[in-house]
Amino acid sequence: MNAASETLLAVDGVSLSFGGVKAITDVSFDIRKGEIRAIIGPNGAGKTSMLNVVNGFYHPQHGRITYKGKTRPRMRPYQAASQGIARTFQNVALFRGMTTLDNIMVGRTLKMHRGLLWQMLRYGPAMREEIEHRRVVEDIIDFLQIEAIRKTPVGKLPYGLQKRVELGRALAMEPELLLLDEPMAGMNIEEKEDMCRYILDLNKHFGTTIALIEHDMGVVMDLSDRVVVLEYGHKIADGTPEVVKADPKVIEAYLGVGH
Amino acid sequence: MFYRETGQFKQSYAADQAVFPILQDRLGLAVILLVAFVAVPLFGNEFLLASVMVPFLILSLGAIGLNILVGYTGLLSLGSAAFMGVGAYSAYKLSTIFPGVNILVWILCSGFFAAGIGVLFGLPSLRIKGFYLAVATLAAQFFLQWCFVRISWLYNDNPSGAIEVPARTLFGLAITGPSATPVTRYLVVLVIVAVMTLLASNIVHGRIGRTWMAVRDMDIAAQLMGIRLLPAKLLAFAVSSFYCGVSGALMVFLWLGAAEPSAFDIKLSFLLLFMVIIGGLGSMIGSFFGAALIHILPIVIRMLPEALGLPIAAATVEHLTYLIVGALIIFFLIVEPHGLARLWQIAKQKLRVWPFPY
Repeated sequence: MNAASETLLAVDGVSLSFGGVKAITDVSFDIRKGEIRAIIGPNGAGKTSMLNVVNGFYHPQHGRITYKGKTRPRMRPYQAASQGIARTFQNVALFRGMTTLDNIMVGRTLKMHRGLLWQMLRYGPAMREEIEHRRVVEDIIDFLQIEAIRKTPVGKLPYGLQKRVELGRALAMEPELLLLDEPMAGMNIEEKEDMCRYILDLNKHFGTTIALIEHDMGVVMDLSDRVVVLEYGHKIADGTPEVVKADPKVIEAYLGVGH
Repeated sequence: MFYRETGQFKQSYAADQAVFPILQDRLGLAVILLVAFVAVPLFGNEFLLASVMVPFLILSLGAIGLNILVGYTGLLSLGSAAFMGVGAYSAYKLSTIFPGVNILVWILCSGFFAAGIGVLFGLPSLRIKGFYLAVATLAAQFFLQWCFVRISWLYNDNPSGAIEVPARTLFGLAITGPSATPVTRYLVVLVIVAVMTLLASNIVHGRIGRTWMAVRDMDIAAQLMGIRLLPAKLLAFAVSSFYCGVSGALMVFLWLGAAEPSAFDIKLSFLLLFMVIIGGLGSMIGSFFGAALIHILPIVIRMLPEALGLPIAAATVEHLTYLIVGALIIFFLIVEPHGLARLWQIAKQKLRVWPFPY
């Protein structure tokens, strides 16, 4: 990936604590446009908290976040969503009572504008809008190869497919920055390979910038352009997979140190 | 066997996004509407129309309102009877202040008053959920009922404390008051309920309905999709209360003819909640099933001994009815906790693949 490309998101000196528990301490890193950025670290390192800070769920006590050139102390999740930040969850957070199609359609919410009156009639502009977005959603369904489960309630789907639907829902938002929280957790090797392929395709063909948290080091090292490593809320390494892999601090964090 | 979608190919997304994509469903609906609009008024006697169908339809409308809130948006409410009361009292006030305007206009307008009050009492829903929200809406129930008793302006200082429906006409035909025939009242209620059911069904199948269900199923993820929780929940409260309000106004004007504040007590709230739970949360047809089970079933059971020629005293029949209806409610909930609508869905699914199990 082009190393000189512009910065999409910059996290600058962010600290987050819950009461006395420090989740993140003075972490800075940036995500460049068009890259795949991995965030790794042992359990409890603050990776998910970091994503929650980025998309506005947590408001850090210190530090600034610059997204698309705009610096802000805090923002709300829907603002993050409307500015093109989409997200999947570590433990699948689908709308279980709804079908695959409806789940992905929810991802189009921000792009649909017809109000209550037209919705009541389900005719004319409202119906045209519905069909226009259905077309986009069908493209995503094709891309993820989930045509067969279009009308199945997602609660009934196996775990691997649920993860895929969740990715589809995030894609429906046409995100500029896609945050993936352990997209491959609990998958078998085949599902992992599929997921890797989708992530790479997204990045290559649609130019989506991706930040992912993942524990499978093979996947992380193969997919990502740059890796940031957190431990106990501190950043301990940042750089290309080769650099990070060789960093003694990272090896220590993962393997422990001889006493 | 007859219920099968094989061979019905959809050539456009419009056809596939239809509320009833399967031909047999559309035919079934057409038959039901035909029976409701033609057969029932032609062949139904006064008892069927005035005591079975009119209350059934009005309660169904209230259940749809509550279902939008509880079933689709996942906000538990025990204040639905109070919102019905707001509809009834505002329709009464409006029709006595402006007697020249057609009563149907005021019945529909009363929904907006109920919607306003509903939004007000829906404000806590951003912070509290589940049983706690139910308790907060309980406050609405008691407070509003207190208003109906204490604020005499609401019932025009009527010494009996009740609101009495003035006689009003539509195209020269009496639709409210003692001179309105059951057939006219039934048809007026039927038209309103049918149209409002269609509109509600359209809402829940579109963007707004998906927004509500997203809030119900996983509010955190919904926020990340760009859904703002407070507006989404308040809209649900508004639409739900609108439906309850219209249903309350219809209840007084076209069913009871007069109402005391106790008509809108907590018992009615619970009845509506039972209808929604037994009928099926998050289902339009479930609201009708629920209303039928709670309202029509007891009537049928009460009439059975007489029809079969069994010599049972009226009081015993009354007690037996309670027993049987209660047992049936428990039975249905054990067989299918997701309500009658789910049973209906399963039945249709079985029919589609018949004679094979799957």
